[in-house]
Amino acid sequence: MSLLKSIFDKPWDYQGEDPGLKGRELGEGLHPKRIALRMFLAVVFVLFMLFIVAYFIRMDLDDWRPMPEPGLLWVNTVMLFLCSAAMQWTRGAAKRSMTKQVKWGMLASGALTLAFIFGQVSAWEELNNAGFYLNSNPANSFFYLLTGLHGLHILGGLWVWTRSTFKVWSGIEIKAVRLSVELCAVYWHFLLLVWLVVFALLSYT
Amino acid sequence: MAYVPIADQKEEMHDHPHTFISKYVWSQDHKVIAIQYGSTAIAVGLVGLALSVLMRLQLGYPDSFAMIDPADYYQFVTMHGMIMVVYLLTALFLGGFGNYLIPLQLGARDMVFPFLNMLSYWFFLLSCIILMASFFVPGGPTGAGWTLYPPQAITKGTPGSDMGIVLMLASLAVFIVAFTMGGLNYVTTILQARTRGMTLMRMPLSIWGIFVATVLGLFAFPALFVAAIMMFFDKMVGTSFFLPAMVALGETLEHDGGSPVLFQHLFWFFGHPEVYIVALPAFGLVSDVLSCHARKNIFGYRMMVWAIIAIGGLSFIVWAHHMYVSGMNPYFGFFFAFTTLIIAVPTAIKVYNWVLTLWQGNIRLTVPMLFACGFIFTFVHGGLTGIFLGNVTVDLPLSDTYFVIAHFHMVMGVSPVLVLYAAIYHWFPKASGKMFNVTLGKIHFWATFFGTYAIYLPMHYLGLMGVPRRYYAMGTTDFVPDSAQALNANITLAAIWVAAFQVVFIVNIVWSLWKGKKSDPNPWEATSLEWFTHEHPPGHGNWGPELPTVYRWAYEYSVPGAKSDFVPQNMPPEEVEMEDPNAKYVGHDL
Repeated sequence: MSLLKSIFDKPWDYQGEDPGLKGRELGEGLHPKRIALRMFLAVVFVLFMLFIVAYFIRMDLDDWRPMPEPGLLWVNTVMLFLCSAAMQWTRGAAKRSMTKQVKWGMLASGALTLAFIFGQVSAWEELNNAGFYLNSNPANSFFYLLTGLHGLHILGGLWVWTRSTFKVWSGIEIKAVRLSVELCAVYWHFLLLVWLVVFALLSYT
Repeated sequence: MAYVPIADQKEEMHDHPHTFISKYVWSQDHKVIAIQYGSTAIAVGLVGLALSVLMRLQLGYPDSFAMIDPADYYQFVTMHGMIMVVYLLTALFLGGFGNYLIPLQLGARDMVFPFLNMLSYWFFLLSCIILMASFFVPGGPTGAGWTLYPPQAITKGTPGSDMGIVLMLASLAVFIVAFTMGGLNYVTTILQARTRGMTLMRMPLSIWGIFVATVLGLFAFPALFVAAIMMFFDKMVGTSFFLPAMVALGETLEHDGGSPVLFQHLFWFFGHPEVYIVALPAFGLVSDVLSCHARKNIFGYRMMVWAIIAIGGLSFIVWAHHMYVSGMNPYFGFFFAFTTLIIAVPTAIKVYNWVLTLWQGNIRLTVPMLFACGFIFTFVHGGLTGIFLGNVTVDLPLSDTYFVIAHFHMVMGVSPVLVLYAAIYHWFPKASGKMFNVTLGKIHFWATFFGTYAIYLPMHYLGLMGVPRRYYAMGTTDFVPDSAQALNANITLAAIWVAAFQVVFIVNIVWSLWKGKKSDPNPWEATSLEWFTHEHPPGHGNWGPELPTVYRWAYEYSVPGAKSDFVPQNMPPEEVEMEDPNAKYVGHDL
């Protein structure tokens, strides 16, 4: 039963057989981890949205001086696209139980992700060396805060990635990690979207 | 074999813990975690209670207590507020009752992610330890008021602006992480792990309240998180998110151009839903208690569910009614007054339905029922003054007076606490297997109920007189007459009275756990699933070999023609005994 339909449900009106009992059987329906990930992504979405609202409000005040974004960010963006693509490819491989491909796919996505993180840190360094410090202007503060927060979420994802990759390489059946790989891919796609929004915001304001 | 979540597993699939530590300390059992959450929250809450007595001593007898200086007073105010709202009420309702009731009332073996659940508790404990640590750092805890408004929260001159505020922000951040882990678990369990026949519209209202409150929490706490992070940067790194250019203690600060009102928006975008994070579980729990002890089905079940959802939705668009006096655009106030008054509609529906549930019920004035009825009084009282304060023009003169203190303590202090007591007394026999002492329970109720009225009713008058809140001492002013001080002294006596009688509650609980007589598995003759567990009190895995099957809603009391005055949710229709053997059982509300 869909959520909306459930709310309009009148369980006391059932005639004859009780459809409540026909419902789901044990273990059926959406996997709890999928529901939990969706809820978590919604929470992360709210978190970034609030930061972005705060960004817009703060931007309207007098002392805001936009800062130039380092060109390196474009490279990092491409890197993150590649991460997402690699994850998606691995997800497909896991679906078809191709052990070797999954092993290398996971490693490749991880390596690309680390490259992205490294790129972000280099961008920070570049800005810092150019004199755009964290506390010298609110635009800078927001830049570091938003990119940092996004990076932290990626690092959090890497923790799950590490566990799944370890499992894959320990020779476990692909079936047992299929869901983890899939959820990693979803999480990476989501963080790519968040990055695109954040990057657009930082570049155009 | 297909994956089966723990909540749905068959008995033999469930991995039972064996050692003392895995059973009671690093436990992944939702019932143990609930009790850990609950007792930690109550312990921290007792600190909050002690702080309120200290504040009242100062206010009632301003010149008598040399050990309380103004800085101490503000620290007491701040810590009292934050402890009560976040660490007591939120944690006890969702971490305590949410954990205990969700799997039991839904017919699941446990939460879907037991490990995450355990982690949630230990993060919560860590956040409490960080919070309590701030009493012991140089400068003491923050004294910025529980709203932590910048700039004063992090500017020199405010008590605890060095370490106190940093620990407060850190503690909140850890709490939010703990809550998010717990919250994802509650929501997923409610959506995924209900037993056969338990449709959403058959869930007890407790679960509905906890469910919507958890969703609110998941979306509202990020606002506090964002505000805390930005304030932390302002404090530690010298950014200017919230801090304007200013001179403090004769020194020009390096900050420039920040917006304190931005913080207030973020804070209250969390802060107002927070009121309902506390209130909605209370609404749910009290509905179940009232219906059970009035031996009558809850009036307007569907309306109750929709009201919970409507209140939850509306609670996100009323936050700026806390900011009428903050210097925001006046047109904002216009909009927010409108939405604030609208929220009174679903709330009033709920109150009517509670009263109509009692109407012509077969009321049993048990201890939980006394507290539940007490809640209706205090909630109506506090809710009505809320309608006053929701209007901009009424709020402006009253906003910084004791009227506001009286309002919010009635509506979200006393009311949820009365529900908590009702719920603790109601489910204590289930959780412990022991019965509490009824006489002590009744003494506790009447002393608390009248005592809290003696505290907060006079505060309305103080507020209307214009006595300002947040003041360490009134001093001598033309507009505050001496009688106000006499009233203040009486309020202090009432506060000490109420605080003293909470000891009766603690004694009752502890003594009953130790020496109380064994309780019946279903002492209140309730219908919901938790009273029909395999063992009493429920053991690990809750249900023994078979998960229960649900045939109806949780409010089948006094069914016409049925022999017993309650029909459990899990009793098959053909087993319901009728007075007339030829009659066929039909649900109450067809």
